Amino acid sequence: MKKHIIPSLLVGALVSLSAMQVHADAGDSPTLKRIDERGQISIGHRETSIPFSYIGDGSEPIGYSIDICMKIVDAIKVQLGNDDLSVKFVPVTGQTRIPLIANGTIDLECGSTTNNLTRQKQVEYLSTTFITGTKIASKNGSGITEIEDLNGKIIGLSSGTTNERAIKAAIETLGLDVKVVPVKDHSQGWLALDTDRIDAYGSDDVLLYGLISKSKDPSAYQVTGRYLSFDPYAIMVPRNDSTFERLGRVVMSDLMRSGEMEEIYTKWFVPGPTNIDMPLSATLKTAFEIQALPK
Amino acid sequence: MNYNWDWGILFRDPYIGWLADGLFWTLSLSLCAWIIAFSLGSVLGIMRTSSSGLLRLVATIYVELFRNIPLLVQLFLWYFVFPELLPDDAGRWVKREMPMPALSTAILGIGLYTASRVCEQVRSGIDAVGIGQRNAGKAIGMSEPQVYRHVLLPNAFRIIIPPLTSEFLTIFKNSSLALTIGVVELTAMTRQIEEYTFQGFEAFTAATIIYSVVTFTVMLIMRIVERRIRVPGMISTN
Repeated sequence: MKKHIIPSLLVGALVSLSAMQVHADAGDSPTLKRIDERGQISIGHRETSIPFSYIGDGSEPIGYSIDICMKIVDAIKVQLGNDDLSVKFVPVTGQTRIPLIANGTIDLECGSTTNNLTRQKQVEYLSTTFITGTKIASKNGSGITEIEDLNGKIIGLSSGTTNERAIKAAIETLGLDVKVVPVKDHSQGWLALDTDRIDAYGSDDVLLYGLISKSKDPSAYQVTGRYLSFDPYAIMVPRNDSTFERLGRVVMSDLMRSGEMEEIYTKWFVPGPTNIDMPLSATLKTAFEIQALPK
Repeated sequence: MNYNWDWGILFRDPYIGWLADGLFWTLSLSLCAWIIAFSLGSVLGIMRTSSSGLLRLVATIYVELFRNIPLLVQLFLWYFVFPELLPDDAGRWVKREMPMPALSTAILGIGLYTASRVCEQVRSGIDAVGIGQRNAGKAIGMSEPQVYRHVLLPNAFRIIIPPLTSEFLTIFKNSSLALTIGVVELTAMTRQIEEYTFQGFEAFTAATIIYSVVTFTVMLIMRIVERRIRVPGMISTN
């Protein structure tokens, strides 16, 4: 019997070696394989989604979503056993983010994207990072509080957003006579509001507060009205890749369980670099607790 | 690629209607802009070759200004900056009460830009007719306007049909830039379909085909025009 010990030890060593090998590779994930081959993680980011994902004082994107994504990047490095993976930031817009995930140009989209069921036909989402809804911003003294006050007036909406659909639907349901001016992005929408081309600009309330906080005269604008939609934000990943999706979920569950998620939130929102000052809402706190899945 | 294909989306209500609407606005925008471009461009082309130094200077400044600024920048200037330079009431009218502010601005912007290019085609056409014909006209006692009307322009326009066809095709393609200031033309409608259904690849394929059909039709029509009115020997016939 004795002579069998050494070969079995060898076999054992080989088995544990190959187990380690399995740990440090892409497994059955096409996204991880692609990242491994390119030696690069491509992250899609927004340019004016304050404070989620925007260009700060430097040229690199910063923000709440970007911070969370960088934690996922760390986990990908560990998974692939490659510390030298570089991160490539790709700017995306409301219109380009989904095709770019679908065609594999970007591996993760870290912006301010609403998770909805129609979009899930093309992409997959990680845990909810923020909860908001559509509201309207207007100039102080315009007398606009609810969408009904916009009868006969003009509203600007950013193309490709859930807000566009929500407000158009509300206008139709309520039978209002509101003129809709499509704009390319938030900064153009804000310019149109600032120059009185439009009476109001509709978007997620948090983004509107962000735009106000970065405007020339924050006291000149207001965000009003009831929520016209429910928009849970999440990080977008390619579909049909449950291994990659799980990796992201593990990172986010850990962040939520350890309380680190709240720290990142506080860094960007209370009061945050742009003075947005939105304390963690009870709903979002509960969402973090629910999504902190056990190991 | 990780994508759910659904070509049927293009033929479903309301998306097929959106494509038709988009095509309508693309054609309207392009044709209106072309009217501005062609008429203004012709006048400028004449000015650029006239014997008056002042007229030549004005036309040259126009061409250099409009030809050298990217069209996208021009559209933004017309849409966002121009109304702010007007007196308050006029600026407000341009921004809000003018019928279809975005479309009108786009027609004007694209028309004025293309006029600078048409001007250069007309000028080269007039130059191609040659100084000899101009002098011959003058020698038999024609005034300068008469020389243009009876000698230079009838020849020049028939020589420049091929490059004018290119400009005409370009205006259809440039019309898609109008979406950046909020005109819901074909490309914007395509994007809207993508936003509502997330079937962007199908929508953009449809747009590609529609644009190709439009430009191909224009090309065929211009071919026929060319065959009928060309000056024999002045355009190569292959």
